[in-house]
Amino acid sequence: MSTKREDGRGPEDIRPIKMEVGVIKNADGSAMVSLGKTVAIAAVYGPRELHPKHLQVSNRARLKCIYSMAPFSTTERVRPGPSRRSSEISKVTRESLEPALFLENFPKTTIDVFILIVQANAGTRTAGINAASLALADAGIEMRDLVTSVAAGKIDGTYTIDLAGKEEEATDCDLPIAYMPRIDKITLLQMDGDMPVKDVKGTIELAKKGCKILYEEQKKALLKKWAKEGLE
Amino acid sequence: MADSKEVKKTEAKEIKSVAKEDKPAEMETPKEVVGDPKALKNDKDVVLPGDKIIDSMDYLPGKNTFREGNSIISKRIGLVYFKGRVIEVIPLSGVYVPSVGDMIIGEVKEVQHSGWIIDINSPYEAFLPLSGVREFVDPGKMDMSKIYGTGDIIYGKISLVSPANSIHVTMQDQKARKFDGGRVVRINSVKVPRLIGKMGSMINLIKDKTGCRISVGQNGIVWLQGENEVLAVEVIKTIEDKSHSEGLTNYIEKLLEKKE
Repeated sequence: MSTKREDGRGPEDIRPIKMEVGVIKNADGSAMVSLGKTVAIAAVYGPRELHPKHLQVSNRARLKCIYSMAPFSTTERVRPGPSRRSSEISKVTRESLEPALFLENFPKTTIDVFILIVQANAGTRTAGINAASLALADAGIEMRDLVTSVAAGKIDGTYTIDLAGKEEEATDCDLPIAYMPRIDKITLLQMDGDMPVKDVKGTIELAKKGCKILYEEQKKALLKKWAKEGLE
Repeated sequence: MADSKEVKKTEAKEIKSVAKEDKPAEMETPKEVVGDPKALKNDKDVVLPGDKIIDSMDYLPGKNTFREGNSIISKRIGLVYFKGRVIEVIPLSGVYVPSVGDMIIGEVKEVQHSGWIIDINSPYEAFLPLSGVREFVDPGKMDMSKIYGTGDIIYGKISLVSPANSIHVTMQDQKARKFDGGRVVRINSVKVPRLIGKMGSMINLIKDKTGCRISVGQNGIVWLQGENEVLAVEVIKTIEDKSHSEGLTNYIEKLLEKKE
C-alpha cells in the first residue's frame, strides 16, 4: 500500500533532514537538526564544576537537560518558561541520553544540555534528542554510541514514520523512540494512544529503520565539521 | 626574551607529538606502516563516538576507547593511533584533563589558610599547598595574599592527580613563576600542539611578528604581554578556529604580514 501523505511522502519516508554541528560558538558543543518544518538547536556545556555542592553526585557526573520552545515556534504563542510539558520532555530526554554516556568518568561535575525548539511541526522531542546527541559528541564527551530518535505510528492501517503536522492527530498511536543503532538498544519508548501488541512491534521496527537513516546523517554532519579540510 | 626559552623547553613533549602528526603519509616506508590490514580504521583516521576501530582480541583498548565483545570502539571524536598493540584515540575536542608533570597556567581564585585554589581550565579546580611554594610561609604571621593574591596568573606544574580528582599544583620547579601584567587567552587544550607548531614554529612566528612575550600552558591558557597584544590574541583565536586545516603556519604568516 502506498498512500501519499499530506506533504507527499510515502509512509516510510522521513522528512527532509538537515543537520549541522558547531552552530553555537560559545558552547563546548552544539548542533542544529531540522526535520521538515521542525527545527531544534542544542548546546552542551561541560563537564564543568557543579555548584551548589549538595547537587554533586560523588560517583558520576550529573546530566542536566533543559528542553524549551521559543515563543514564536508555533502559530499560537508559547508562554516562555518551564511548563508541565517541557519539564516532562526534559526528563525523558535526559533518560534517553544517559545510557549512551560514560558519566562515571567525571564524578562531581555537571554536563548541561540545552535544547531550544525554534520551529515546531510535531516531533520536537525526537529532533531535540538528535540535536543533543550530536552536540554531546561535538563537545568531546565520552559516548558509547550516538543516540538517534524518531516517532512512528499507524495511520489507516499503515505503519507510518516521522509523523508531521496533523498526522499526529490522525494516528491511533504516536510512538517516539530513541535508539542506539550500533548497540541495538532502545533508550526511550513512549506511547501516546493505544494499539495491539503486534502493531507496537511493527511500529518499533519501522522506527528503528528510520533511526538508522538518521544515524548516517548524524555521522555525516559530524565528519563535515571534523574531517580535515584544506585552506584556500 | 627569557620567556621564549621557557616555553620551548616545557612544550618539547607536545612538539614531538605534533611533528609525528604532521608527517606526510608517503614518507612512510612499507615496514613502518602502522595499523592493521584487518582494522576498520587506519592510523590517523578521524573516528566518531561509537565507531568500531577493530574486531580483534590482538589489541588493547587505550585512551578514549573501550572494548565491547571482540571489538575496540572509540568513545570520542578524534584521531586513531596504533601504538604497538594498544589503540588510542587522540581527541579533537573536549575539556582539559590534568596529568602529573603538565606545565599549566592558572588563575588564583581563592586564598585559604593552607594554600591557594587555582583555576586551571578543567572541570576540577586545583590546589596549590604551602609546601608547593618556594619560600617559607607562616600563615599565622604573614599575609598569604602577598605571595599570590586573587586574580594572579601563575605558571606551575601539576604535582598530583588523585583518584578522587583532587589536583595539586607546585611552584617547586625551575620554570614556575608568577606573571606580572599582560593578558590571558583561553583556548581549547586539545589545540595547544597546533598553537605551538612543529618544533615551536607557529608560536615563534607569532612572537617574532608581534613582539609579544607569550607563554602557553598545556591546559589551554595562554599568557601574553607586549605592544601588539590585540593582534596576537586575534591570531591565537584564528589558530584555534582553523586548527584542523593544513598549511596553517603559512596562512598565519600571510595574515600577520597583512596586518603589519
